[in-house]
Amino acid sequence: MWQELFDSLNTENFAIVAVAEESLGAEQARPWIEQANTTYWNLIDVDHRVAALYGMVNVPQCVWIDEAGHIVRPPEVAGSTDHFRRMDPATRTLAPEDMAARLATREAYMQAVRDWVRTGKHALAADSVQEKLPRITPEIALADANFRLGIWLRRHGRETEAAGFLAEASRLHPASWNIFRQAAEKNETGLAAGPEFWERVQALGDRPYYEPPDLPGL
Amino acid sequence: MAEILTDWGEFKVSAEPGLRVSPADAEKVSGWILKPEGMCRDELCVPLSTDARRGGKIDLAAFWQTLGNPVLSDQSGDVWVLGTAAESRADALAGLDAPDFTLPDLAGVPHRLSDLRGKKVFLTTWASW
Repeated sequence: MWQELFDSLNTENFAIVAVAEESLGAEQARPWIEQANTTYWNLIDVDHRVAALYGMVNVPQCVWIDEAGHIVRPPEVAGSTDHFRRMDPATRTLAPEDMAARLATREAYMQAVRDWVRTGKHALAADSVQEKLPRITPEIALADANFRLGIWLRRHGRETEAAGFLAEASRLHPASWNIFRQAAEKNETGLAAGPEFWERVQALGDRPYYEPPDLPGL
Repeated sequence: MAEILTDWGEFKVSAEPGLRVSPADAEKVSGWILKPEGMCRDELCVPLSTDARRGGKIDLAAFWQTLGNPVLSDQSGDVWVLGTAAESRADALAGLDAPDFTLPDLAGVPHRLSDLRGKKVFLTTWASW
């Protein structure tokens, strides 16, 4: 989906770095990347290092970085919406108006990125970025340590032991879907979207799963 | 042997229970150097208890905890995580210099974020799950 954005900008002054958070290894991401046939960087992050560094709690989340290497927008949802919560559970389809709204949001987000690249619009002042940055607490730091150990053990065939550390990580950092979904059961299409996931989504009530960024049209 | 997972890499070092390692390995893993006044890095030295340096070994887990960082091990004590304290992570982020990282692509070729300095960068995460 980012290739279209990249092609439409077609400037030396812009780079996309897409990081796959794949604690089970690069092979999970391979079919997607090969099919997408992209010309920007597609990197593999088996330790979810980027999520930890930037305090990201879900995917897709993105950060805008200017020419000097400064963050000009904090981690935000990259064009995804909560329409999926109204999906027909049997057919896994969206109502046509929800499909259209979802598409419009995605397009508005891409347009915001294009405006930023071309004119600098939507870049936030430093104090505003700082205010919106995720808070990294001692519980989160400990959650990340548990997560790191859990996914390492799992990659080395020690699933039973790993499960305890992954559960503890999720308990310490309940806001992280990123952590939760690494231990959650997978459905038949390989998505960590089984009954446990849907229960957790429902428990959000009026709170968003994908918090919309403060950008026009979103 | 112990496997030590840090934010800057994974290390396999010879260790005694409690993550007691040689001063050379402590330096290799942590970047801190043993001196008479304690463990030192640049101008900063942190005192080390006699227990944490007995028998010519350094208790790296105890030292790392002294710094306020999370430390964790598996049940057998073979695999350790030396984490980074919330405060230093939050400070690093609040400085607004995009935290740097180097990650491989599918072919294993490493790419470093800061090599893109001079361009606007759209950093985005995704996943197959």
